[in-house]
Formats: sequence, C-alpha cells, structure tokens
Amino acid sequence: MELLIQQAVAGIATGSIYACVALAIVMIYRSIGHINFAQGEMAMFSTFVAWQLIQLGFPYWAAFAATVVMSFMGGVLIQRVLMQRIRNAAELNQIIVFIGLLLVFNSVAGFVWDFTVKPFPTPFGVAPFFGSALISAHQAGVIAVVVLILFLFFLFFRFTRTGLAMRAAVNNGSSASLLGIRVKALEALGWGLAASVGAIAGMLVAPVVFLEPNMMAGIVIYGFAGAILGGLNSLPGALIGGVLIGVLENLVSAFVPVVGGELKSTIALATIVVVLLVRPQGLLGHRIAQRV
Amino acid sequence: MTALLQVRHLDAAYGAVKVLHGIDLSIDRGTIVSLLGANGAGKTSTLRAICGMLKRQGSIVFGDRDISASATEQIARLGVGHVPDGRGTFTLLSVEDNLRVGAIFRKRNADIAADIERIYGYFPVLKKRRAQQAGTLSGGEQQMLAVGRVLMARPSLLLLDEPSFGLAPRIVAEIFDIFRLLNQQEKLSILVVEQNAHLALDIADHAYLMETGRIVFSGSGQAVRDNEHIQRAYLGG
Repeated sequence: MELLIQQAVAGIATGSIYACVALAIVMIYRSIGHINFAQGEMAMFSTFVAWQLIQLGFPYWAAFAATVVMSFMGGVLIQRVLMQRIRNAAELNQIIVFIGLLLVFNSVAGFVWDFTVKPFPTPFGVAPFFGSALISAHQAGVIAVVVLILFLFFLFFRFTRTGLAMRAAVNNGSSASLLGIRVKALEALGWGLAASVGAIAGMLVAPVVFLEPNMMAGIVIYGFAGAILGGLNSLPGALIGGVLIGVLENLVSAFVPVVGGELKSTIALATIVVVLLVRPQGLLGHRIAQRV
Repeated sequence: MTALLQVRHLDAAYGAVKVLHGIDLSIDRGTIVSLLGANGAGKTSTLRAICGMLKRQGSIVFGDRDISASATEQIARLGVGHVPDGRGTFTLLSVEDNLRVGAIFRKRNADIAADIERIYGYFPVLKKRRAQQAGTLSGGEQQMLAVGRVLMARPSLLLLDEPSFGLAPRIVAEIFDIFRLLNQQEKLSILVVEQNAHLALDIADHAYLMETGRIVFSGSGQAVRDNEHIQRAYLGG
C-alpha cells in the first residue's frame, strides 16, 4: 500500500511536468490546428540557456526568470518570422517546418553545448520533503511551481481581456478580427506563452533526467500522450491528461513486472493509440465537425 | 445629408478570380440601405471587401477616412460593425462572453455591463441563455447573438449579411423589428444584404441591385418595386 501511494505521488510530480508540456502543445494546437513537434526541443534549448546563465554565475531564480522571458521572446520570434509566412501553407508543409525546427534546435544545442550529459541544479534540494518518505523536496517543489503556473493561466484566460480575446481568436479568427481583435498578435502571444511553459517544464525536469540535447525526447512523448488523453483542444484537459499519464506510467511500471522500467515509454504510446481509437476527442476535448 | 460610407470603383478578387467590378454605392447617415441580388451576385463579397477581408481596389471612405487600405480589425475599431454570413458565433464561449468579446476594445467596465443589459433588453432570450455555450443555441438565437455581439462595439454603421438566412418567419420579423428600432432610436446606419427582397425593401430607404459583381440598379425602395424587370426576376410579380 505504501509503495502504491509513493508511486502515485511520484507520478503526480512527473505528471505535472508532462502537464506543462501538454499545455504548451495544446496552446499551439488550439491556435493553428497542428501539433508543434518542436515543442520539446524548444524547451530543451531554453533549459540550456538557463544552464548557461547559471554557469555564468546568475542565482538560480534569476536564471529561471530570465530564461522564461527569453523563451517568451523566442516563441514570439518563431511565430513572427516563420509561422506567419507558412500559416496558409498545406498541412504537410507546416509539419515539415516543425520537424525542421526540431532538428535545428537539437543540432544547434549539440553544437554550442555538446552532447555530454550535464547535471542541472534544483533549487528545492533532493532531501525528503520535511522528512516524509513519500516525496522529495524537488518533487514537492515541482508540483508547487506547476500548480502556481496553471493557476496563473486560469486567471489569465478567465478574467483578463487579453485572455478572452485569445479564446475568441482561437475559436473563430475571422469573426474576432471583425470585432477589432488583432488575431496575428495574439497568435504570437500564444507562441510566447507556450515557449515559456515549455521552458519551465524543461528546467523542472532537467535535474531528474540530466541536461543534454535529447533530454526532452522521452518527456515530450508523455506530453503528447497527456494532451491527447485530455483532449487536444482543452487546456484543463492538458493538465488532467498530463498528471494521469504520469501516475499511470509510475503505477504500471511498479506493479506490472513485465513492463518494468524498460518498457515504460510504451505506456505513453499505448495510451495515445487507445485514446485515438476509443475516444478521439479525449477526456475534456470537444469534437470538431468539419465540412469538406 | 452627408454620406457615412462612400464606395467608388470598388474591385475585389478571390486570388486570381475577380468578383467585384467597379461597385459604387453610398449610405447616408441614419438610413437603411439594402443590397439585393441572386446567389453569387457578389453581395457578401461587397461587404467583405468593405471590411478588408478581400483583396480590393478603389476608394472606400467611411466618415472622413479612406479605409480602402486599412486592416479588418482597424476598420472594426473605427465603427463598422459587420455581422458576417454564418453568424460568426464563438461557439465554445458562453453567450455572455460572446457579448464581452464584442466590447473587447472598449475601456469602461460599467458601460460594458450596461450595454450587455441593453442587448438583453432587445433579445430577452439571450439573457435566459447567458451562461450557456453559444454553439448550443438555435439558429435564430445565434443570429440575435451575432447582432448583439457586434452592437457591443457601439458601431456607427451596421453591415448585415443575410440576417434572415435559415430562420423561421416569426424570428425574422422579430429581428427586423429590432433593426428598425436601432435605426430610429439610435440613428444607426445599416447596410443589409438580403436574398429575401420583400423583406429588405420593406425596411430600406434606398436599395441597390447586384448582378454578377456589378450594381445594375439603384433607387428608392418604391422605385425598385416599380421596376418591371426587378419585379419579374426578384419579387415574383
């Protein structure tokens, strides 16, 4: 029983990181209708930026904040320079651009910081959380940071005018522009926010998986799985899906001996397949009927 | 009387396909103008061209500003309220949030709240449905919401694209009564595109008739009714 609880709590901690990645994926998906396959690599790149700042002697939280801001600007820049130009291109072309972006970030990170694995600090420490055997201080810190971010997102979308304008622009872009909403500017803002959330996920997971250019490869699969499980067009869905995937991953690998640690990532892929077969719109997503 | 909207030699195209050929029309302040024509005559394209949703050429003067090179969102902010065809509902937002989006660039919250109540006064059914997801409304309710949403921006010119489309006659009468009211009480100028010519002529001070991307007739509502060709082609006379 104690093992069950312990695994579930640890699952919530990693799951909240998946939830961040899922949130970033869903934000982009809602605004452009595609999955940004480079989301993980953007997060990895941001984490390297944070690492570099820490190496230069910045205190952890200063580096953290600076990285979030720079990632935001990077996201806006990608939308302005790249996405704006291909927004009317064919679907496959856009996906190829995302994959290109993924390779660029991966190679540039390897070129600048090389492929050796680097330790990344945690500001929370690795000791047990107040002597609890259940959860480490880092895990508790991760959960706290993610809950705070999600709460801020909720406030932003629910109670601010810009949040309302973003929901409207994503729902019906041409109708929004007829009401004076600058849809393109909001799309750029969406990219900025997604890049920031991704960066936070990267910095929170790096102490666990260690920093290297392929760090996010495994994580982003769980992010996709969380997003699909929750519903690709639902922000609360991304949160719930991400956490569920984290818990599921831990429980299955702890209690199903065949799966163990080796086949862990199969769980994410299996979840994607099952959800797409049984309930393609996910737990909280809505169906989109499209006339062709 | 001065013109609120003055369109001259307006051409527009979807990609390489030209759909409007030298449209001239004007709307005097405080009047209702209807734009008639069969399916595909270019009525919707005319509205879209005015709002910069289509590539266009020619002169479009709104008030005393030339808006022929302005972006759609800029034209909206200047006071052109376009109720698009298909109604443009924000299906995932609540009814009240749809109205709030209409007022998105207005500053004072108290004014916005008062205007929401004003819209509920025009369309009481929306008040009953205020917390409901807008995509679940009936066609008539969505049309009311579309008009209400655009009114929230306090436009001086309302462009209505087939507001009667797909609605029961009773609902159509109700909505057109509101248009008349807005015109008389708030001096709102209206350009209404309609396939239902009787309906549009009843309400209009002036009418234009379009065929294949051109204006082919212009005159008062009565002049349009008296024209034999129009009677045969559009009024079933």
